[in-house]
Amino acid sequence: MPFITNTEQQQKEMLQDLGLTMEQLFEDIPKDLRCAGLDLPSGLSEQEVQQQLEHLAGLNADDLICFMGGGVYDHFIPAAINAITSRGEFYTAYTPYQPELSQGTLQAIYEYQSAICRLTEMEVANASVYDGGTALYEAIMMARRATRREKIILDDGVNPIYRQIVRTHVRSLPVELVEVAHADGQINRKEIWAQIDDKTAAVVVQNPNFFGFIDDFTDIAETVHAQKALLIVSVHPLSLGILKTPGAMGADIVTGEGQSLGLPMSFGGPFLGFIATRMPHVRKLPGRIAGQTLDHQGRRGFVLTLQAREQHIRREKATSNICTNEALCALTALIYLSLAGKQGLKEIAQLCANKACYAYQRLTQIPQVKPHFDYQWFFNEFVIDLPLSAKEASEKLIEKGIAAGFPLSRYYKDMDKSLLIAVTEKRTKQQIDRLAQALEAIL
Amino acid sequence: MKLIYEKSIPGRRGMRPAQSDVPAGNNINPEWRREKEAKLPELGEVDVVRHFTGLSKGNFGVDTYFYPLGSCTMKYNPKSSERIAGFSGFADLHPLLGDMPKGGALSQGALQVLYEIDLMMREITGMAAFTTQPLAGAHGELTGILTMAAYHREKKNQKSKLIIPDSSHGTNPASGAVAGYELVLVPSDENGVIDLGALKKTVDDQVAGLMLTCPNTLGLFNPHIKEICDLIHGVDGLMYYDGANMNAIVGKARPGDMGFDIVHLNLHKTFATPHGGGGPGAGPVGVIEKLEQFLPVPIVVRNNDGSYGLDYHRPKSIGKIAPFYGNFGVILKSYVYILMLGKEGLERVSENAVLNTNYIKEKLKDYYDLPVPGLCKHECVFSASRQMKLGVHAIDIAKGLIDRGFHPPTVYFPLTVREALMIEPTETESKETIDAFIEAMIDIAKTAQTDPDSLHASPTTTIVGRMDETTAARNLNIACLD
Repeated sequence: MPFITNTEQQQKEMLQDLGLTMEQLFEDIPKDLRCAGLDLPSGLSEQEVQQQLEHLAGLNADDLICFMGGGVYDHFIPAAINAITSRGEFYTAYTPYQPELSQGTLQAIYEYQSAICRLTEMEVANASVYDGGTALYEAIMMARRATRREKIILDDGVNPIYRQIVRTHVRSLPVELVEVAHADGQINRKEIWAQIDDKTAAVVVQNPNFFGFIDDFTDIAETVHAQKALLIVSVHPLSLGILKTPGAMGADIVTGEGQSLGLPMSFGGPFLGFIATRMPHVRKLPGRIAGQTLDHQGRRGFVLTLQAREQHIRREKATSNICTNEALCALTALIYLSLAGKQGLKEIAQLCANKACYAYQRLTQIPQVKPHFDYQWFFNEFVIDLPLSAKEASEKLIEKGIAAGFPLSRYYKDMDKSLLIAVTEKRTKQQIDRLAQALEAIL
Repeated sequence: MKLIYEKSIPGRRGMRPAQSDVPAGNNINPEWRREKEAKLPELGEVDVVRHFTGLSKGNFGVDTYFYPLGSCTMKYNPKSSERIAGFSGFADLHPLLGDMPKGGALSQGALQVLYEIDLMMREITGMAAFTTQPLAGAHGELTGILTMAAYHREKKNQKSKLIIPDSSHGTNPASGAVAGYELVLVPSDENGVIDLGALKKTVDDQVAGLMLTCPNTLGLFNPHIKEICDLIHGVDGLMYYDGANMNAIVGKARPGDMGFDIVHLNLHKTFATPHGGGGPGAGPVGVIEKLEQFLPVPIVVRNNDGSYGLDYHRPKSIGKIAPFYGNFGVILKSYVYILMLGKEGLERVSENAVLNTNYIKEKLKDYYDLPVPGLCKHECVFSASRQMKLGVHAIDIAKGLIDRGFHPPTVYFPLTVREALMIEPTETESKETIDAFIEAMIDIAKTAQTDPDSLHASPTTTIVGRMDETTAARNLNIACLD
């Protein structure tokens, strides 16, 4: 039997030592609750399973030229990442409960927390949460605890998938969720300002927003702080290679999706939620935090710290229910940021911006294609309008080997003809031209 | 070891992005650029690889040796699933592709994996439908409780309380609380399972449901499980099965047959996906038929023509709990594992997990106190109360094991046992390994009598010794910013 190492002889010996039969080992389960055997196929060899899965993988398109984004991006992944994360010492370990046997994981988490702080210009970060959407939900929970207020003002330029995740999570709570419609694709400052009052726990914004616009939220941070509320900013981490940081804007809590930092798209996960804040809110953070300390001989080492916030100690009074997070994905992001380094990250981010700019200009030169919004400042994504349904257009383009973008009708009314297009550093000029030509051909 | 930031050499490069083939853009407002570059390390690829290889040497994984961490099910993780999850047909697939009709056509293989593992999990648990969205066990709990809340809202039930036994995992009360419920704790009886008398007194019309692990954290299967389910159903409450301990009964008994309404599975436990140093995991949730309408959207469906698609038209759904279809890469590894084991293999899993555990319990019972003697399932809990009288605590035993080459069991949990040592060997460990562990545990019990100080000094074989955790919390240093 695969992965069961005891031979039948050994099982027999052990049962003899116990003076029991295998049947008797389960006699504490009432007879009428026992199952007569599962209706599943018999086991297969590694070779057979691999062949079966090669077939299934072959049914999926991995060779489309990808202009899809919406929070998940097709970036280049250096080979050194997998070489490191596939070490059994890393990936077959569990949460570092025994620090003496987990210094690798613990130091990596500490370095990851530091990398997130350096990237966002915030003061503290946790060891990770599940994804960008649940990170935003956790940030909202933090703001509720920090302010003891319930009103959350949510800009609808925030990823609609994240907003849906937030709505689902807070449905049974006394949260007052106010979603403010964007103004021509950008945050509606007037309406946000009108909403902020002394009941407001937090204002939630995203940079770049779901339509690709970049912004500077410094003015919003000031207004928010005047009411003793918090500013939560969801960011695209790679954009911080060049963009003004949420820390510099005065954000109180920063969250984001770390997938672009070396993780494959993998049909939606595993991804990486990150969350950073300022020192006064450190005890409100959810999940694990690694901290530096010394051992009894004075040697530097790392431990999980501030555990009194966590569910295994505080149970129903914990800051969050999170236990398992995304440690291996956090390690991946740390390795990516270490390989890219100071210069590399800046260059990759600038490449994304340049290529998106070229794609925007090239596509909007097509007479029937119009930008959906009046774009001036954007990072790696933008929305165009087509003379036909965006769904229909993307179907036709998929036949030409191009995943042209994401039709926005699923999440926004009156945007049937709108396509969200993302461009990463992986897309060549030739591929962008091919998208433009393919689009011209179907219009 | 030095921090990666301390190794940085100005000007050194690890990764060179491709040359630009487009003109410079004018889409970034110069005033909105970051002022200074992010202070990331400047290192060569070789420096980075050596740094992390060095770090990995300070770690202990299942691939290193025996890792009997109770309630965590640290079984061996097959390498074939790692290879398959890396296939470009899976790894390079954009999740939004599944969302488009023709894109759906180009993600049929991935959708089929999700559809089929759903059917497998239904069969294994006796549930009617699953969502693969939850991203970890605790996230599954929250999904399940939100589903429970949706059910009560739909029926206009006024429910405020959630019942939890005192031996539960910490995630249970935390999940209930973040979903907005008031938690009611029920004690264990002298046999180590939830006290039926106390439970009966607690149950009233306000009770939304009961979260139970069965077998529980003491490894005990609750003999009154049917009665408990009837009791909760009597007030229109729902029974939640915390599947963290499913490895004990897989192929032998099903939560659905016991009367449970909602189940989560920890794929990173029972279904052998690696724990990753603390994630990623996956916590799919199964429900009985009347709750199916509340599951998160989308649900993977099989169309009449045999193709697979996504169903978003579910007006009573709780919404979205995760951005897409769950941790697909993790789910895929469990799918591979279930295909390899098949029905017979899954039964051998619980048999050998239970056999290995009872063998340990039998061989160590003369050396350590057993709060609940007799048959257990996938894990057993000893108390170091006898050693405590000699000044040796559970933590000292744990550290003594480290010096003897083993990862320690879970200590000080469950909270119902003083000085708890919670041991879960799993089915993938052999008799020789377990015998060696037993020998080490006996050696520690003897050392506690003859030379307790040597245990207080442990571990001495690791790169660092016992850490000063008080200072870590007091002089907080959780990020290196300069």
